[in-house]
Amino acid sequence: MWSFSKISKLIDSWLSVHFSSTWTMVIEMVIAGIAVITLFALLGLVLVLMERRVAAWIQIRLGPNRVGPGGMLQSLADTLKLLVKEGMTPDGADKFLFNLAPFIAMIVAMLLMAPIAFASDFQLWNLNIGVLYVTAISSLMVISILMAGWASNNKYSLMGAMRSGAQIVSYELSAGLSIMSIVVLSGSLNLNEIILSQADGWWIFKGHIPVVIAFIIFIIAVTAETNRAPFDLAEAESELTAGFHTEYSGMKFALFFLAEYINVFIVCAIGATLFLGGWMPLHIGHWQAFNHVMDFIPSSIWFFGKTFFLIFLIMWFRWTFPRLRIDQLLDLEWKYLLPISIFNILLITLMAILGWHF
Amino acid sequence: MFILKYIKEVFSGLQSLAVGLRRTLYYFSHHKEIITQQYPDNRDTLVFPDRFKGEVVMVHDDNNEHACTGCTACELACPNATIKIITKFDITPEGKKKKAIDKFVYHLELCTMCNLCVVACPTDAIKMAQTFEHSVFNRAELTKVLNKPDSKIREGVE
Amino acid sequence: MVEEIGSTAAGDIIINVGPQHPATHGVLHLVITINGETIQKVEPHLGYIHRSIEKMCESLTYRQFIYVTSRMDYLSSHINNHACALCVEKGLQIEVPSRAQVIRVLMDELTRIASHELWWGAMAMDLGAFTPFFHAFREREAINDIMEETCGARLTMNYMVPGGVMQDIHPNFQRRVKEFIALFKSKVNEYNELVTGNIIFQNRMKGVGNLSAADAISFGCTGPTARGSGVSCDIRKLYPYEIYETLNFEEILETGGDSFARYMVRVREMSQSISIIEQLIDNIPEGDFQAKTKAVLKLPKGEFYQRVETARGEFGVYMVSEGGTTPYRIKYRSPGFSNLSALDHMARGSKLGDLVAMMGTLDLVIPDIDR
Repeated sequence: MWSFSKISKLIDSWLSVHFSSTWTMVIEMVIAGIAVITLFALLGLVLVLMERRVAAWIQIRLGPNRVGPGGMLQSLADTLKLLVKEGMTPDGADKFLFNLAPFIAMIVAMLLMAPIAFASDFQLWNLNIGVLYVTAISSLMVISILMAGWASNNKYSLMGAMRSGAQIVSYELSAGLSIMSIVVLSGSLNLNEIILSQADGWWIFKGHIPVVIAFIIFIIAVTAETNRAPFDLAEAESELTAGFHTEYSGMKFALFFLAEYINVFIVCAIGATLFLGGWMPLHIGHWQAFNHVMDFIPSSIWFFGKTFFLIFLIMWFRWTFPRLRIDQLLDLEWKYLLPISIFNILLITLMAILGWHF
Repeated sequence: MFILKYIKEVFSGLQSLAVGLRRTLYYFSHHKEIITQQYPDNRDTLVFPDRFKGEVVMVHDDNNEHACTGCTACELACPNATIKIITKFDITPEGKKKKAIDKFVYHLELCTMCNLCVVACPTDAIKMAQTFEHSVFNRAELTKVLNKPDSKIREGVE
Repeated sequence: MVEEIGSTAAGDIIINVGPQHPATHGVLHLVITINGETIQKVEPHLGYIHRSIEKMCESLTYRQFIYVTSRMDYLSSHINNHACALCVEKGLQIEVPSRAQVIRVLMDELTRIASHELWWGAMAMDLGAFTPFFHAFREREAINDIMEETCGARLTMNYMVPGGVMQDIHPNFQRRVKEFIALFKSKVNEYNELVTGNIIFQNRMKGVGNLSAADAISFGCTGPTARGSGVSCDIRKLYPYEIYETLNFEEILETGGDSFARYMVRVREMSQSISIIEQLIDNIPEGDFQAKTKAVLKLPKGEFYQRVETARGEFGVYMVSEGGTTPYRIKYRSPGFSNLSALDHMARGSKLGDLVAMMGTLDLVIPDIDR
């Protein structure tokens, strides 16, 4: 049975036979970079199509069905359209920052890709502080949004950026705390080790109700962190036209758009890794036969399946709920999510110390 | 109690959200509820109600005869000057002069489909057709002459 | 940077919301002064879709001018046409056959439901939920199909003529309306599930956009906007026209005065309209659908006024006749204009996001405001 790790090992051994170790390193890095960019493009296309399909079915419509078989090429056509569009820079804008902002958004999204384990033994960078790295880098996202809003010299953009700043900074707290609850339980910051600690059952099953609460808070918080409805105040098209990317067009807009979807993918991947066991197949305690059957499904399918399930959850929220107001958004965080998650992490710590989980 | 009220609030809030989520999940999973009509594809099966007001046409029978006497009642009834009737004088076999229409000019681009001309017509010479795809590249094509070439008034219509 | 007009306090910024803005449902232009997220002042600028309909009507005959009024409040075009037809009938002193009266009321109420359906979807969309819009259109589509079958058009029907209605109802009409009632009743619970009961929605609506009863009266608000503040102003009850006095329905009143009260008035009004339709649909009397009128209508010299309750409030037609075939002067009192004037009062001190919600609950139709 083929797997990602076997392919990567094959390439590695082939390269080390033919090149010196330095060149092997360089070539492998280039290959990894190209792979990440390809994955980006693919994910963008797939996620945009998926969002449109989900939205359409929820809204009793058909969705894209004209370009390609069953509308499969719709997002490709959209990308082509955006590519040939003029990338305008407004006159009064701070040109350097204005053009830099979408790239920062992309770079942040790319950096976040590094420690994610896509399949068993297939990871760009097995970082021993992976969780810390992810939380640290993901907070850089707000800089690109603030930069875009400020440099656009547009009042709508500025308001969107300011809203987004307040929002992301607040929601990082409860997202961080719910991530911490898993770190407490598994006793490691390494994403791979966290996955391995779930070999006898995912944390969401092993951790009783406190982990379920942490999971719900995590989903709410990351929805807010990625500026998705019902927390899409930074864009809020009925209030701020398009918020921080009002003035962007063409490929620069597409980069923001892509970065949003990539961020959704990454936070869902993190959520799947922490709570649903990443690439770990569904294992139940000592049911050897059952666990063995589950192992036949490739680990990458487990990972992507779980991630896409979480992405569907977030899309489902988006097409069901109305948007919150800015003060209610902050109320929700500071008055509800944060106290609950503080109480929750205390409970989980107690659980971890006393060994109450399975 | 404060804590109890707080917890109750959180749960009732979550419940109200869950109700909405259940409804949208129902539509997500039940594709038979989809109501989209794929318009250009279903053109052949598209049925319009017989009263649909799409365009004014003049009714001609098989002998290329219509019922318009050229009385200009429709022209007077029209609020937008959509209809212009140009009359001529025919010579009847008995040698008498008789007023008849030369051209029944209809400006589709001005028409608001208010149906007043059809109601005003004393001889039911015009009616509303169910066509609706009126877009053309040249505006002049929207100015139509409704009486067919060489058509004449039906016998007995006064 | 363009110099900002008017004096503003430190920290205040002026934003032009519209005329091209997704939340203004058309070409409404609001100049708002905000401090952070808090609204200091809202100044509506009108006239972007002014077509001088009143002047246009003065050059058309009494039969012709009615169709133009469909283009004012296009969502309740039947009711606008109805007001004009009633005004002309008042001048001519025509007795409208009872069949025509029942048909007119049925059409009015169907239009009211269709208008509220659209409002409901657009309202939810203003708050950032897209899905209700499509769900609302499913029911609205059923009404549009009924209209298409009987009146021949879906939006600007021009079905009301002086003396009655233009054509008799379609043979399928009763069956289709009953089907629609069944459809509506099966789906109305979804509205509560998706929007009304939603905690986010309730928090967005409750306690914002407060309008006291006294303010509602002094701003001249009518319709659901005023009834949300507890002002009884339903023309169908207070100055009944056609057969409304014989019907059994209730004037919806909410006393909250906030956005949620206005929302609830409209949602409950839909059910009231359904009950009116249910009372009438099996009891359409036989007879003429149109009274006999002269070919050329001439109103006697004088002034005539007729008001009706549209989906948005009180719509009035004031008509001066000099005895000719065209009106000498026509003035329309449109509900949207007065309702919009209360926006500044309601919005001051609230957040930017709430402004959109308030505009949603006012149910603005811009051509109705500008005319």
